[in-house]
Amino acid sequence: MHPVLDVRSLTKVYGEGEATVHALRGVTLAIARGEYVAIMGSSGSGKSTLMNILGCLDVPTAGRYLLDSVDVSRLSDRQLALVRNRLIGFVFQSFNLIPRTSALGNVELPLAYAGMHARERRRRAMHALDTVGLADRHDHEPNQLSGGQQQRVAVARALVTEPALLLADEPTGNLDSHSTEDVLTVFDELRAAGRTIVLITHEPEVGARADRLIKLFDGEIQSDVRQHAVGAAG
Amino acid sequence: MSFAEIIRFALRGLAANKLRSGLTMLGILIGVASVILLVAVGNGSAKAVSDRISALGTNTLTVSTGGGRGGGASTSSSGLTLKVADALDDPVLAPDVKSVSPVVSTSATIAYGSTSYDVNSFVGSTASYFTAANYPLASGSAFSTDDDAQGRRVVVIGQTVAEELFPGVDPVGEQVTVSGALFTVVGVLDEKSSSGGFQDANDVAIAPITAVRQVLTGYGALNSILVEAADSKMVSTVTSEITVILNQRVPTSSSGSAGYTIRSASQLLETQTETADTFTTLLGAVAAISLLVGGIGITNIMLVTVTERTREIGIRKALGAPRRVILTQFLIEATLLSFIGGGLGVAAALIGANFKIVGVTPVVVPSSVVLALSVSVVIGLFFGGLPAARAARLRPIDALRYE
Repeated sequence: MHPVLDVRSLTKVYGEGEATVHALRGVTLAIARGEYVAIMGSSGSGKSTLMNILGCLDVPTAGRYLLDSVDVSRLSDRQLALVRNRLIGFVFQSFNLIPRTSALGNVELPLAYAGMHARERRRRAMHALDTVGLADRHDHEPNQLSGGQQQRVAVARALVTEPALLLADEPTGNLDSHSTEDVLTVFDELRAAGRTIVLITHEPEVGARADRLIKLFDGEIQSDVRQHAVGAAG
Repeated sequence: MSFAEIIRFALRGLAANKLRSGLTMLGILIGVASVILLVAVGNGSAKAVSDRISALGTNTLTVSTGGGRGGGASTSSSGLTLKVADALDDPVLAPDVKSVSPVVSTSATIAYGSTSYDVNSFVGSTASYFTAANYPLASGSAFSTDDDAQGRRVVVIGQTVAEELFPGVDPVGEQVTVSGALFTVVGVLDEKSSSGGFQDANDVAIAPITAVRQVLTGYGALNSILVEAADSKMVSTVTSEITVILNQRVPTSSSGSAGYTIRSASQLLETQTETADTFTTLLGAVAAISLLVGGIGITNIMLVTVTERTREIGIRKALGAPRRVILTQFLIEATLLSFIGGGLGVAAALIGANFKIVGVTPVVVPSSVVLALSVSVVIGLFFGGLPAARAARLRPIDALRYE
């Protein structure tokens, strides 16, 4: 079976001349369906850059990126929008919920862009909110929710389209330990349900929950080990 | 994604930022309303001026004894006489003259029964005077040329005189005493708006010139001659025609200047209209400035929210929104803001135009409505749509990081 995600010698260069920064120096990586992968690395190791490219939010300078066997670099703007909508669910460190819009409205958004009818959209969004345990807060706006709750709404929004790939860029970076636990529990459940998850973190205890740990250093993969995930038994 | 859905998104976007939407609309409202109202005030005052002047009769010329020496009937042995007036009524030399009315005028006391009233201007003239001087009748009739020829003592009185002497009585057919002579009231003039404001235009009595000269003024010179042109466009032609005749008939004064002056209402009208136009232009300029300020206000609010909206656009793009959907949503938001704000501005201006503003009844100019509305809508669309269009073109990651 082909991997969900297949990147080959990916490089990313920012700036020109003296100010050139090599954020990625040739990353090759394949992730199979159902894997729970944590990418760790210190600040400046290029992990966020990698994540943004994987999420089709940014484009690589060189290298190939196959998502579900589709070469993403050859897609038009409109097709990229479609890929972001159907294949990828992205969770940001800073939540990035639309302000002054209810939790339900936020979760419905990707479905609306997919052209789904209002009734079906609402049903699915409620189901996704239920998965993260926030069905009773569906009419709350982001500023009425705690950080952990906002991040769970963001997770619900990322998984509502049932994407092939769930990407999370330091999802617990802005959360206290209790909220971190809430969010990680949601990820454990998703993994148990067979979802493919890639998350970035710099917290070892978060990385320990994944069953594959990739360490990035200075734009290159330093280590790539499979491990027995801490949360897998639970 | 259907168009109706995008419109719903736009409405939700506006509702999510009520204060900002409200302020933007207020800016547009004030800009539009002030332009329409200021231009309406300028236009209204211009119209008021021209109305007042046309009430004087725009196709008449007044020939009076010259040089500013005050042309009472008692003055100047020379000057304007009935002969001069007759000479002006010359179909050969002055073919465009419709009528000539010699005028004598004095103040007099009119008595009716036990009441008496000092009328400010007791005018003696011919039957043509009523149309030439624009004095329509409210009741009764004017005197005829025959009355004048026969020297009948009949009089037509103004509204003020009628109210003073005949409270609650129909004056037509009553007899009044003027300087010991009996006059029969044959008509009452229509109410006339006071022009210029110095004197009451309704404080007047008009009688045949023969009778007035006999009873009141004697047979001296005329105060003035009212010449009516066939058409208001012929006023300047008539002026030159009668100048030729007057130069022959009226001797120059001792100082050598012409013994008469000709004034036309249309000259007055032209000057006044020019003044009023300047006034309108001035108000228009002030209005344009306020529209500009309003426009800058709109621009400001739109630009200030760009940071926030750019991030939002980044989020929407990351969730898979196509560029077309984002653009349409933001353009609809800007359009709605501009049109609702502009529409309310027009409504406010139209309501405001029903009231007198600094003593002027505003008259709304339709083109100013169109101009103000379109300018504000264009500004709103441009500064609302342009940043959104730019943000929608960015990569999602750049839009998300926008500061």
